[in-house]
Amino acid sequence: MLSFVAQRVLKGVIVLLAIVVLNFFLIRLAPGDPAVVMAGEAGASDQVFVKQLREKFGLDKPLPEQLFIYVKGVVSLDLGFSFRQQAPVAKLIGERLPATLLLTLTAFAISLMLGILFGTFAARFAGTFLDTAITVFALIFYAMPIFWVALMGILLFSVTMDWLPSFGYETVGANLTGLSHAVDVAKHLIMPAMTLGLFFMATYTRMTRASMLEVKRLDFVKTARAKGLSDAVIQRRHVLRNALLPVVTLAGVHSGTLIGGAVITETVFAWPGIGRLMYDALLQRDYNLLLGVFVICSAMVLIFNLITDLVYRLVDPRIEFAS
Amino acid sequence: MKQFWKSMLRSPSGVVGLVILLLAIAIAVFGPMLFPNSPWRMVQRPFLPPFTLGTVPLGTDALGRDVFAGMIFGARVSLLVGLVSTLVALVVGIPIGAMAGYFGGRVDDALMRFTEFFQTIPSFALAIVLVAILQPSIYSIVASIAVVSWPPVARLVRGEVLSLRTREYVQAAIVTGQSNSWIILREILPNALSPVIVLASLMVATAILLESSLAFLGLGDPNLISWGYMVGAGRTVIRQAWWITVFPGVAILISVLGLNLIGEGLNDALNPRLSREGR
Repeated sequence: MLSFVAQRVLKGVIVLLAIVVLNFFLIRLAPGDPAVVMAGEAGASDQVFVKQLREKFGLDKPLPEQLFIYVKGVVSLDLGFSFRQQAPVAKLIGERLPATLLLTLTAFAISLMLGILFGTFAARFAGTFLDTAITVFALIFYAMPIFWVALMGILLFSVTMDWLPSFGYETVGANLTGLSHAVDVAKHLIMPAMTLGLFFMATYTRMTRASMLEVKRLDFVKTARAKGLSDAVIQRRHVLRNALLPVVTLAGVHSGTLIGGAVITETVFAWPGIGRLMYDALLQRDYNLLLGVFVICSAMVLIFNLITDLVYRLVDPRIEFAS
Repeated sequence: MKQFWKSMLRSPSGVVGLVILLLAIAIAVFGPMLFPNSPWRMVQRPFLPPFTLGTVPLGTDALGRDVFAGMIFGARVSLLVGLVSTLVALVVGIPIGAMAGYFGGRVDDALMRFTEFFQTIPSFALAIVLVAILQPSIYSIVASIAVVSWPPVARLVRGEVLSLRTREYVQAAIVTGQSNSWIILREILPNALSPVIVLASLMVATAILLESSLAFLGLGDPNLISWGYMVGAGRTVIRQAWWITVFPGVAILISVLGLNLIGEGLNDALNPRLSREGR
């Protein structure tokens, strides 16, 4: 178990380093001389200042050395400086990270629970009206762009019915504390989390249904039935447990999509997370910040993949760690 | 081939999907010829609600531009970007997967690490970064969608080639001294094609979603109207004018749904064994 974890962590670190290197070259691809761009962003563009900047950030040094300096910076959590926001990139991201984690994890939990639930129902009643209805809804949700779902949600639940707030993390100026604050945040969270979760819910529904139907036909289920186990026990202990394996794999594969969806969701709902930060960086062409968020997103995906790998090992009855 | 069409037409999702796709293609190709309003020109007063005037059936946006015209012209961009970026992704992914599967060993290792690397990077975030850095244009959009969507192709083709290369007819071709490229191109790839076709149809759908999301965030080609751009532009005035965001979104939904249905239909038609057992 331990060597497995160590191996995966090592692999993740290598991939992350490769992403940082890619990032370095992407910055170099950005239009304009970085020093001139930075000077312009800082509001001064005389030659002396540009030269100072060039020396400060090592832009006058040969490329391999620059790469080394950059990687060293990222490793020590220095992601550069955002001149537009007048703050270190790492600090900006750090402030926004909790909101993104709250949103993505809630959306993930909702989508996984509902997806498995609906998928199990559809498989259990395969061929009936219920199955068809679930399948059709899943297909439709699967085809809807997230930004549109978000706007339709606002149109329906904020504009028309006035049930839920349409933007932000909490009611501005309400100064709530304790439980009432938590309720306030939860109210703001419902729509973004549902929006983000809906697409993945559809995916997990389809996957669970297909995989349940497939496992049902396997020999060990017949054996269980022949042993006289009740239907509920077979469904839960034998079919569902095995059917969930591909769903777990899919959850890992989709972590990147989840982050991408968060960029859109946070943008529409003005949710103060790193996705919204990425959008702001995009609007202002703040490349340091943009690429900083990109590196952190990649790191999050790597961590999430590592976790799903571990969960897979725990869920899969065929893999024993003891060996 | 006849067998293929027969089973494709027997699957209800395949038929619905095909009808939607043909309709979308017809609109994209002929719509702009039949419909005179330029999507960029002001034709009526701003915020004209839908279904009030026959000449602008779906109303106008905040600048008095025809929403219906925008949707017709937007079909071109969506389908074009979807198809071309998928083609580019196939052109990149198929050779990489084929070489990895055929040569195995170190080549396989190196190519698959490379593929995994690209699969780990959050795809939408990478697409945003690439388009932002290369500057939004139809070329940078197609390129970045292709960059984030080729890895699954490579992995799929590799798997197929791995299993096909041990077949007797491939072994026979090796023994008779055919060149590697001839064997890959003439013996292996044609037999590995059906799952790739299924994947490709789903990739076009994903590409359309990606393009619309990029355009929504303001990363569309500034000279081309697209559905995502329209939704993005209507976002700020959603309280006054719901139709500006609702209709283009429905267009995206229907086209993506159609392509997904085609994917299902193709899957049924090309892998008949799987479909019969899966249901």
